Amino acid sequence: MAKNAQHWEKTKGLLIITLALWAIFSMGIFLFGAEMNTVTGPFGYPLTYWFTCQGSLGFFVILIFWFAGRQEKIDEEFGFAERGED
Amino acid sequence: MIKGNFIDNLPKIYGIYTGGFIAFIIIMAIGEQMGMTAKAIGISFVAFTVAIYAIIGWLSRTAQASNYYVAGRSVPTVFNGMATAADWMSGASFVAMAGGIYFKGYGYMALLVGWTGGYVLVATLLAPYLRKFGCYTVPDFVGTRYGGNLARLCAVIVLTVASFTYVTAQINATGTIASVALDIPFQYAVYIGLISILLCSMLGGMRGVTWTQVAQYIVLIIAYLLPVFWISNNIGAGFFPHFMLADEVARIGELEQQFGFVKNSAADLATVPKGLAGITKAHSEVNATPWAFISLALAMMMGTASLPHVMMRFFTTPSVKAARKSVGWSVFFIFLLYSSAPMLATLSKLALIDPNLSTGIIGRSVAEVQAIDWYQNWNQANLMYVSDFNGNGTVELNEFFMAGKAVVLATPEVAGLPYVISGLVAAGGMAAAMSTADGLILAIANAISHDVYYKMIDPKAETAKRLTVARVLLVVIGFAGATIAAMEIQGILGSVIWAFDFAMSGLFWPLVLGVWWKRANKEGAVAGMVLGLLSGLFYLIWVRNGGSGFLGITQLTFGIFGAGVSLVSMVIVTLMTSEPSSAIQKMVDDARVPAGTQVISQK
Repeated sequence: MAKNAQHWEKTKGLLIITLALWAIFSMGIFLFGAEMNTVTGPFGYPLTYWFTCQGSLGFFVILIFWFAGRQEKIDEEFGFAERGED
Repeated sequence: MIKGNFIDNLPKIYGIYTGGFIAFIIIMAIGEQMGMTAKAIGISFVAFTVAIYAIIGWLSRTAQASNYYVAGRSVPTVFNGMATAADWMSGASFVAMAGGIYFKGYGYMALLVGWTGGYVLVATLLAPYLRKFGCYTVPDFVGTRYGGNLARLCAVIVLTVASFTYVTAQINATGTIASVALDIPFQYAVYIGLISILLCSMLGGMRGVTWTQVAQYIVLIIAYLLPVFWISNNIGAGFFPHFMLADEVARIGELEQQFGFVKNSAADLATVPKGLAGITKAHSEVNATPWAFISLALAMMMGTASLPHVMMRFFTTPSVKAARKSVGWSVFFIFLLYSSAPMLATLSKLALIDPNLSTGIIGRSVAEVQAIDWYQNWNQANLMYVSDFNGNGTVELNEFFMAGKAVVLATPEVAGLPYVISGLVAAGGMAAAMSTADGLILAIANAISHDVYYKMIDPKAETAKRLTVARVLLVVIGFAGATIAAMEIQGILGSVIWAFDFAMSGLFWPLVLGVWWKRANKEGAVAGMVLGLLSGLFYLIWVRNGGSGFLGITQLTFGIFGAGVSLVSMVIVTLMTSEPSSAIQKMVDDARVPAGTQVISQK
């Protein structure tokens, strides 16, 4: 059972990191929406506007793939990964 | 041409399908040049695509429960991503989203952030664990995890309330598009839409829905992106709009300064046809308070993670690992459309208001605008309107009105694209609405047939009988939805947002704590679902009847209140009652480990 507990600890650690990043890009930055929008962002769009159009959305895509990769590593480390193809 | 098994050949099959669809668009374009009428093109687009979906639905017919409920758990990640994206993006996303951005700007963009960010919660908190559980439906998870028919029944009720709110809007959208494209009255078009929806799902259940949804995604994404790129090139805004519209966004800001936002008197506004609005908010400025933005985004994110028709898509992957990755693909495919909606809104607004562009109507004389062909068409369809409130003979920014859906439907014509694009857009809207309606009707019918009929009423029922019940329910629920849709009670987007709030009020915490808190028990879950749903519902009714609300929670975000009540009551009641049996705790432990067999075995 100790192995399971360790695996779960690591999984929870990854969850906390992932949800912290999620909270920043889905909510945190919009606390400062008005201030940030005076800055010019990527491709010349106002920064907050860019985050709502592309930035946050694209970040979520990357975050989920990153999370999936890390979780797979954790599962492999404990020998909990599934065999076989995707 | 096709050898080996179906799954290995998927890229080839859908590649041929995509090529065929593009060829069809080209044939229609040639037809238009040769004098095919607009009506004939519209009918051809809708009829051709719906016929293809029906064929896929027929080819996917099955007599096996695992195929019917979870597509045999064999859908590869990328294809499941496409199917989820189609399942997810409703008629509202397709037709109304760009319009919402066009009129409401920043405050509305919280929906884009919420409707993608929610998938982070799906990927981390729920999908892999529910997949490992091996359930057929979301209430199946609740019923097994907490034990007992009461918890299962509560989950079925929350699911039905949320999904049914959502599905009427989708059937309504298919009806609207079918009535325009086929030129028949809405009351009949709704049932044509319904029959098209049922053709996809009835014979093959989840398997049929999966493979039609992939096909529908391909149609809807082509139908959305092609016009955006084309319009951008046509008005000289840049060949890749997503990276090149900064000047256009700035130019809109300049024009807003120049024209000013003049407020119309109530008497003047009373003359504007119902459902049309003028531009009253800045395009790219922050026009909502941080809490208004964040609370709406949060409600949509938690709602996303609680909507059963989305969750059940991740039951169809071959493994837990694949379930996680396929969430990533889902958001990627959703991102393609969502990131294009603000670009379309920008192009549409600039094309209409910039006096330097030949299409711009602000500053031109009223008589001149009223003589434009496209203005007459869309005015007749009740989607556009100009008026000369100040009597100076010129159209001002505050004298031009449009319906939200006109941004998607009318912009191609305004920007001078051929009619074939409008036919394509109609087919795309139909695909978006149909795919979501299919997912929702199937979610409700499966919950009732699997959880109520099979698990509670007749656990000894044979597969054939179970599937017959499932199919009968599918038809009954579809007709109930269509009948309500035909009454036209509510706008498309209002009820879509409510569905998210209902789902999160009742299901978010019982699902999440079911995986992440081993101590959570049946009594707590039932309290969480019942009190969460009821408190959300009462809050909505209160605010709708003039209640002031609190904490800035509106009728669009009432789920935050419902989910709050749900969490508190679930934790308190759980701690007051005994901890779950060791068998159930073992189940939770098993669900947390990806390797090994599913927690529950299904027949």
